[in-house]
Order: sequence, then structure tokens, then C-alpha cells
Amino acid sequence: MLIGYFTERPYRWIPEDEVLRNHAYFAISNKFFDREKAADDYNYFLDEYCYGEELGFDALALNEHHGNPFCMGSVMNVEASILARITKKPKIVLIGNPLPVLKHPLRMAEELAEIDLISHGRLVAGWVRGAGSEQFFNNANPAYNRELFNEAHDFIIQAWTRPGPWRYEGKHFNYRHVNPWALPYQKPHPQMWIPGVLSPETVQWCAEHRYPYIGLGTAIGPTCDLWDYYADAAANLGYQAGPENFGYLVPTFLAETEERAQELGRNFAFGGGQNAFSRPEHTLPPGYNSKDAIRRLSHQPGGSWLGISADKLGGSRHDEEEVSDLNEVRAKLTAGYKKSQQNLQTIIGTPKTVLPKLKTLMRVLRPGVLIVFNIQGPVSNEDRMTSMRLLANEVMPAMREYADQLELPDSYTRTPGSVAFRSGTKRDPVVDRSPLAELGLK
Amino acid sequence: MANWTEETISVAGTELAMVKGGAGKPLLIFHDELGYTGWMTWNMELAEQRQLLMPLQPGFGKTPRLDWVRNYRDLAGYYSRVMRELHLDPVDVIGFSAGGFIAAEMAAADPRIFSRMILVAPMGIRPAEGEIMDIFPMTMRTHLRATVADPLHTPEFTKIYGGEMTPVQFEAFEEARAESARIGWEPYMHNPSLPHLLEGLSLPTLLIWGDHDRVVPRGCVDAYRRVIKGAQVQVIQGAGHRPEIENCGEFVKGVRNFLKS
Repeated sequence: MLIGYFTERPYRWIPEDEVLRNHAYFAISNKFFDREKAADDYNYFLDEYCYGEELGFDALALNEHHGNPFCMGSVMNVEASILARITKKPKIVLIGNPLPVLKHPLRMAEELAEIDLISHGRLVAGWVRGAGSEQFFNNANPAYNRELFNEAHDFIIQAWTRPGPWRYEGKHFNYRHVNPWALPYQKPHPQMWIPGVLSPETVQWCAEHRYPYIGLGTAIGPTCDLWDYYADAAANLGYQAGPENFGYLVPTFLAETEERAQELGRNFAFGGGQNAFSRPEHTLPPGYNSKDAIRRLSHQPGGSWLGISADKLGGSRHDEEEVSDLNEVRAKLTAGYKKSQQNLQTIIGTPKTVLPKLKTLMRVLRPGVLIVFNIQGPVSNEDRMTSMRLLANEVMPAMREYADQLELPDSYTRTPGSVAFRSGTKRDPVVDRSPLAELGLK
Repeated sequence: MANWTEETISVAGTELAMVKGGAGKPLLIFHDELGYTGWMTWNMELAEQRQLLMPLQPGFGKTPRLDWVRNYRDLAGYYSRVMRELHLDPVDVIGFSAGGFIAAEMAAADPRIFSRMILVAPMGIRPAEGEIMDIFPMTMRTHLRATVADPLHTPEFTKIYGGEMTPVQFEAFEEARAESARIGWEPYMHNPSLPHLLEGLSLPTLLIWGDHDRVVPRGCVDAYRRVIKGAQVQVIQGAGHRPEIENCGEFVKGVRNFLKS
């Protein structure tokens, strides 16, 4: 199992009240942007990733969002390029480039090839549809989101693998001269991992392409369901899915004492936490979701990531209430913070208390890659680095040992899709639900 | 009371759902970007003298989406083909909001297709002043409420949209919004070439606009008036973006007078 490190590179200097009043991070005025602080932080976060390498993390994961202080990585390929040069060993994992909002997949093919070359083949490309708000920020037509994703992906693979020059005339993209001179260092191209928040359509697509699917802090029960869904699809396609097909990202924060960890960990709920990423009107632009997804949402609002929660979705059918009592909102957030720990969607504590929780996640989800997500909110650099150090020095060795015991190959140890499924047999399990009942989880 | 029916006809390469009601000379009606609201008082009154033909826009749930239709001009081309195949032209037309955009595109391509054109708070031309409200980054509730000046005191608005939104309504709206976004996302609900193609058009045209319209600014009406020769303007005081339900009496009177003039 690979252990990865991730941070959203949050803009830490925004007044929480502004986020709460806005019901979200997206759409807060950039008049709150401080150039000096941001300049320091961009440099700090690059240093933090270097510290991650020093501590022995196998992968450094980056992402991007647009127009959102939740994540300062707006053009992660810039950061990935720097890390490609200044780090030596870890994989550089992109989770991921939002294909539908790019508008220029040929340039993307060239950018990623350069990063892979500079890093001598350490790039893991990843693709996402982009959060709903990305469609507004980049003026990308949400009704074509899936089409744009598929076409850009297919085009980039061709650009990396088909000798040029050749002409491309698609539905959304047209190129009269495709002949990228920089091609990826890895042959035929870097691995591609697909992060997601449990869209069955995306999981199906991943299974078809034999790409690892990375659950982004998703509720553990539904994550098991989707892993099974992937594995069933894989069996139908003739292969046995295993840990090499799955990854999981989990917010994790450690401190020297439980009290300190809990106090700092509350910052995962800062400004409303992940659910305050954007408001429903920005999270679910028209046409962004498939008809099936809309039907599911209209009957069973759920989910808990990037702005889609039952409460928030309810707001899309009713008027948004004015925020009158911020303390009341904070009390709700604290309750949610506690619940997310019970659900293992947030892991907070000392090395001693965090390890069993991470082990449970590993046992249940059997991921080939587990990525820890450092804390959000206004936490000091020192506290962030202490958390990393405690995890790396006091928890990771035991995690690695447990991964060996559970036999969790990553996608480099065993190529995803390489284990044939014998028809007429039952596929192997990909999750172990037995600890869930003890935890009171489905 | 005039009756109405909904039927599906095979035309122009697809199965087109169409609401029909009343009797007399045909009157073609293009609904707005949120879809057909159901048979309202204004329909009933106009149907006393005319046969209303209201195609349900492809992709809005009943008529299948046409993948090749990628903007309002394409959609106008599709409807022109429908009219050609049904031998409907020339016909009187009313277009509401984005439906007005469709009618205007059809008139720009071939003015002979219509005998008279009524555009109610039409989108389609970027106004010199003001902006067409961006309806896509909005919750359904906010959007719907923004379409009328006074949601609480507009009985037919309450009839259509009152109470809790059911999952079925939610799905229908999402479908309509998705299709409107697909073909109207960029340039946003207008076509930069449309005013140039309409310039000097002499088709008898009535522009109806509620002076409390928050969705389509007065600038759109002015832009249409500038390019269509002799276009008349009827401003309905106190009404928002749906004058046909907010002040049905004034709306129907204006339409009837114009159609018989």
C-alpha cells in the first residue's frame, strides 16, 4: 500500500464569519485576499510537501479548485512542476485535473508530459469532472460536463500514444495538427487515478478503463457499496478487482495530546468544513448531474462532500435561511465534527488513538493507496508539521506492517485489471464489512 | 372553456410533443426556458378565438433531446423544419422569454414564416444596458420567485409553483434547466449576430414587457425595437417576467388587439 500526503492548501486568513454568512467558501469576495500572506503560504505549502518526502510519504497529492479559498491550488500543474524538480522520490499524484473545464486538452497533454519528464516518471495523472462551482468559474457548460470529460480524456490518451502529426475533429475539440513534441517519460503514459465522491457513473467508467478509483473522504458504508459495484463491473469485464483498483483519502490530524488534537481538529469544520465548499446552486449546476443522479438526489438527498449534504440540498428546494445566530451554526458544526469522527470520515487524535482507526479503514476498504489529508482552517505551520511528523514516525510503520498483513498491493505492485476473473466463479471480496457493525455503521 | 389535448407527432425527424387547444386560425406558442406550465387562464382566453399550438421543447422531458441542436439558432432551424413539414407557415407566433429568442431566430432566417410576431420579455439579444439575469447559478426556488413581481399575490403563480416542490417537479425543472443551459450557456441566452440579421425586418411585431421584470431588462425590448421596423411595445405596469399570469387581462387584451389589427 502506498501512503500519500495531501493538503488543500487552504487560504487560512479568511474570517470564518464571512464563510458562514455566505453559506459557503465559493463566492466570497476576493477583497479578503492578502497577497503577502498568500505568497508566504504558497511557498510554505511547497515546503510542506518537501517535508512529506523527507518523512517518507510515498506520494504527494495535489488538487485544484477555482475561485475558492478552500483550496489555494488553482493551477496545480504549476505546483506539480515545482515538486517534480525539487523532490526526488515520491509519486506526484494529481487528484485531479478537471477535464471538462480545460477547453484545451492538447495543452494539458503537453503540460503533463513535461511534468512527467522533469520528475523522471513520477507523475500520476488524475482526472475529475470538476466541482459544480468550477463550471461557473471557468464558464464550462455543465450540461456537457460528462461529454467534455470523456472526449478530453480520450483525446489526451491519443495525443500521448499516437505518432503525429494527425488531425482531430471531435464534437467539442478540433485540432488540425496534433504532434506534441514532449511525450510522457513513462510508457505508454502515466497511470491515471480517478478521484470521486461516489458517482456510480464514474465508478463504472473507471472499471471499464481499469483505473484506480480514489474515494475522497466518502462515507464508509456507501464507499463499500461502490467498491463492490466496481468489482462487479470488473468481473463482467473479465478481471478481478483488488486493492490496486482502490484508494481512499481521509482527513487526518494528530497532536501530542488528545485534547490538543481535538482542539485543532475542530478546524476541519472551520467555516462549515467540506460541506461549505459551495452552496447548492453552485454545487449542482443545470445539467451537471445525470438524470439518474438527479432522481437519486431528489428522492434521497445525501452525501457529505463538497457542498452536497441533505440540509444543503434541501436549501435548493426551499429558500436559504438567513444566518442570524453564528454561534448556533458553530454548535451544529461541532456536532458534525464529532459525528464525522464516529463515522471515521475524520481521524483525529494521538498516534495511539489514530492508528486503530486507520487500521479499521484499511481492513474495511482494503485500499492500495491511502492518502492522509492535513487539516484545514487557521492552524499554524508548526502544528501542521507536528501532525505530519507524528503520523510518519509513529503511525506509518505500523500501517505498513498491517498493509503487508492484509496484502494490499498498490497499482504499481500489481497492474490494475491484470488478474483475470474466472467465469463461473464468485469474485473475491474487495471490502470487509465486518468491523462496521461494531462501529455502529452500515 | 376551451379544451386542450397533448399529442405526439412524428415530425422533422423526431417525436414532438405538442399541446393543442381551441379552434380557429393557428397560433404558435413557444414556452420559456423553464418549460410549459400547464393550461392557464391566458391559454383559455386566447383559445376562444384561435387554435393554440404549443410544442414542448426537445430535451424538456417529453420531446426527446436533439443532440445536434446545440444553440438557439439550431433549435429555431428545427422548428422551421417542423413548420415546413406541417405546412403551417405563415402563422402568428408568441414566444415567451427564451421562446421569444427562438421565434426571433426563425424570423431572422425567414421572415415569411410568420404573419405576426409577439415577443414577451424576449431573450436573444444582449441589451446595451442591464443584463439578462443569470438563471443558472440559482436554486430553483429563487429562480421561480424572481420570475414574478409579487409571488404571494399572483394566484396563478401559486397554482403552478406553490407549496413544497415535489421530487417530480424538481426533476422536471432540472431537466428544463439542463437543456436551457446546454444550448444557452455561452453566449449567455443571446446570439451576437441576431440583431444584425433582424435589422430592417418589417414583420408586424409586438413586444410585451412587465415593468417589474427582473429576468429580462428593458434593454432587450429596446434592442428588438431598434432592429425590427415598426415594432410596437406594450408595457404592463406592475408585472414581472410573467405578465401572462400576473396581469392576464392586460396581456390578453394586448395580444388580441395586435392579432386583429
